[in-house]
Amino acid sequence: MIGRRFFIKSSGLALASFAVTPSFLVRAAMTERAKDHPVLIAVFQRGAVDGISMVVPYGDPNYRPARPQIAIDSPMDLDGFFGLHPALDSLKPIYDEGRLAVVHAAGSPDNTRSHFDAQDYMESGAPGNKNIEDGWLNRYLRVKPDRSATPFRAVAFSPNVPRSLMGPAPVVAMSRIGDFGVRSGAGAFEAMYGGETFEAVHVLEGARPQQYGPENGAQYPASPYGQSLLQIAQLIKAGVGLETAFTEIGGWDTHANQGNDRGQLAGRLQEFGQGLSALYRDLGDRMENVVVITMTEFGRAIRQNGSGGTDHGHAGALLLLGGPIKGGRVYGRWPGLAPDQLHEGRDLSLTTDFRDVFSEVVRQHLGAGDVSRVFPGYTPAVRLGLLP
Amino acid sequence: MKGRTGIAFALILILLPPAHAGLGLAALTDNQRVLHILNRIGFGPRPGDIERVKKMGLDAYIEQQLHPERIDDSATEALLARFPSIRMDGAEIAKIYVPAKDIAPGQGVHPLQKLLQELQGQKLVRAVSSERQLDEVMVDFWYNHFNIFWGKGLDKSLTTGYEMNAIRPHALGKFKDLVMATAQHPAMLFYLDNALSSSPDTLTTTMERLEQLQREPFSPRREQQIDRIRERLEQQKKGRRPGINENYARELMELHTMGVDGGYTQKDVQEVARAFTGWTIDRTRENPVFVFRAAMHDPGEKVVLGRRIGAEGMKEGERVIDILVRHPSTARFIATKLVRRFVNDAPPGSLVDRVASVYTQTDGDIRQMLRAILTSGEFFSAEAYRAKTKSPFELAVSSIRALGASTNGGPRLAQAVATMGQPLYRCQAPTGFPDRASQWNSSGALLERINFGIALASNRIPGTPVELSRFADESASADVLVQRAADLALGGDISERTRKVVAGQVASPAGLSPVKAFSLVLGSPEFQKR
Repeated sequence: MIGRRFFIKSSGLALASFAVTPSFLVRAAMTERAKDHPVLIAVFQRGAVDGISMVVPYGDPNYRPARPQIAIDSPMDLDGFFGLHPALDSLKPIYDEGRLAVVHAAGSPDNTRSHFDAQDYMESGAPGNKNIEDGWLNRYLRVKPDRSATPFRAVAFSPNVPRSLMGPAPVVAMSRIGDFGVRSGAGAFEAMYGGETFEAVHVLEGARPQQYGPENGAQYPASPYGQSLLQIAQLIKAGVGLETAFTEIGGWDTHANQGNDRGQLAGRLQEFGQGLSALYRDLGDRMENVVVITMTEFGRAIRQNGSGGTDHGHAGALLLLGGPIKGGRVYGRWPGLAPDQLHEGRDLSLTTDFRDVFSEVVRQHLGAGDVSRVFPGYTPAVRLGLLP
Repeated sequence: MKGRTGIAFALILILLPPAHAGLGLAALTDNQRVLHILNRIGFGPRPGDIERVKKMGLDAYIEQQLHPERIDDSATEALLARFPSIRMDGAEIAKIYVPAKDIAPGQGVHPLQKLLQELQGQKLVRAVSSERQLDEVMVDFWYNHFNIFWGKGLDKSLTTGYEMNAIRPHALGKFKDLVMATAQHPAMLFYLDNALSSSPDTLTTTMERLEQLQREPFSPRREQQIDRIRERLEQQKKGRRPGINENYARELMELHTMGVDGGYTQKDVQEVARAFTGWTIDRTRENPVFVFRAAMHDPGEKVVLGRRIGAEGMKEGERVIDILVRHPSTARFIATKLVRRFVNDAPPGSLVDRVASVYTQTDGDIRQMLRAILTSGEFFSAEAYRAKTKSPFELAVSSIRALGASTNGGPRLAQAVATMGQPLYRCQAPTGFPDRASQWNSSGALLERINFGIALASNRIPGTPVELSRFADESASADVLVQRAADLALGGDISERTRKVVAGQVASPAGLSPVKAFSLVLGSPEFQKR
């Protein structure tokens, strides 16, 4: 942290304000309890990952003919029909341990093929409704208010608050824990912005999350995505009251030369998988209370396009990972890839609404009773049984 | 909970319009009107600007800014000598900045990275120093509207030319010229993949052409052509099967012209994509340029938004652009975006209607639309005053201007803007950076903004030196310091709360120095607004 110390020395006002913040002590006492708290981490694959390359329906006779150059040659078998992309080999052991589940042919029922709209819908949690201003994760925070929550109940690792977390409930967005502070004169800025604005800064200073290095040999990718996951793990270990975390990884909009077992998409998947598996290893036993879900705006067209890539499609695949997940299975009804089975003759048809998936996580893992307020106007259609 | 309300309160402070907006004080003071203009059609006042504009008259200043070609900007031109690449054509850039082989790391700044630094540098220098402030605002606006991502492959070397040739010359011109120039620029053709989009029949056509050539008598030219075609066939066999790519067609309608609710269908997207097949890049390594390749073009009939387009080769794309720019949805979409940028995050419907009708009447004349906005009651309303949250770029530039400083546009400044959440030329999505407060207001970003002001006032940004002693010496009283800082950064319009906090620093052990006073004012809630 940059200059909190400098500042304490240089400003009596700040010293006073720090001394009269008793809530931090209360929070420190909470840390023990926080260990049993459920944590949800949402990872958004922005740009729309090609679901059938990530989790390959190699058993479908129409798969290879649709993709002469970009079909995956050696998927890692999951259940005799689906296989993981070989670049996701780091996730295979987690699947085998029964801690990773796939929901296939899942996504948003809205027909839009616009990245912007589709991301917006999945993050607002209200496909087709442009009048919802807050995000579904922020609504969750309000549906299940927590009187003992810390400023770090909801954290986004991004410079700006993502749509999923936008709304009236307080959220912290940051790029790096180390940058989350004011270099000098914090007390004056605190006074300007309303007194205790910077409580989050004080909490971090007390907890010093950066002292927690990766454990169990976990190796996070050096990318912003990998480093975000590492820092999420640090916040969990530091016991600052983290409950909902959000991060993202881009580069999925593979319109051209996406490659097959190797190539552009494989490179993205490699980083993606390594990040998740590093988190899984690093958190070790703590993973018993952690669920990671992936989000992505839509799947991609079934037939490859003229540039060795795939255009925007409809349904795709979502992953869930963590101690509470009944993994080792691919969930969801497979709609098939025959021409008459495709959505609008070109895309994977949708058989599971993403809200069915997220609702189960919100209810079974986070313990929110009223899921219909998290996903307004929606009644879950299918009970998948992803969690006990 | 106190902490949580604290954060929430801070965000509300930034999100809400300033207090006086709600008090029914409908008219702005003369001083506020001038400050408002300088904050909106430029990047904020420099020392002396407010008086200068007052003397000149607001209307005259607006009219002058609407005609940048009449403003002498030689001082800024001279500063741009540091960025030779912005005057180069594609061939020169390729020769100087695109290395023939991969360069091992650790051998200094990669030439392409240098190219990006020059591009970012010229943008920052111009925004800080140019007398043609509105022109710079519009270049920023249109680049963002027709956003491309510098980091995508070939665009590393093409983005410079894209801004200089496709965007900059048309910033206050006709909207259609922008659409055409971007549609035909290799940087856009590459970014949204239209360069790869081709008729599914291309392979057959290519084979036929090969056979035809092989029947012709020998000539060096024939051999060259045969070689090129063989190479292309080889590539096609390696996974590049011909076929349309919808990426550009969709974004052209969704983001560049009609807007996502503009009333087109998936079928329209496909038809537009077919019309643009063959608009591609002549990818000679020495100088990538736009080319129309008839062999890649899908000559079949297309129906776009109910209008038939016959087989006209390259003209089909031009016809599509004609149809799109004349569509009422486009008038509305562009008017809404302009009003959002210049007036308010929630654009007043009445003004959007008027600007859209100016668009229709003037064939999309940008200058006329701007004039309609800048002379409107909505623009000069209390609701609009300090209603927009500055983007990180705007915050950085307006801070430097407020302190009467200049910048050499060195990489550290661009880095600081990126840290606050806006990596210049590196927005990956075709949407560009959002133009809404909610996007820039987060606790982390707020801290970064505050830290930027501190770093600048403390003279810790290399290449952007400040000299606060010009404004106040160390012995100045607290009241004088606060007033100086408020005059320079806030046009004198400082909130009581901020004034109190800054003046109160006198009581702290370190006292109130000029650095501290300016840091606090640059980090104040009201300076985050424009």
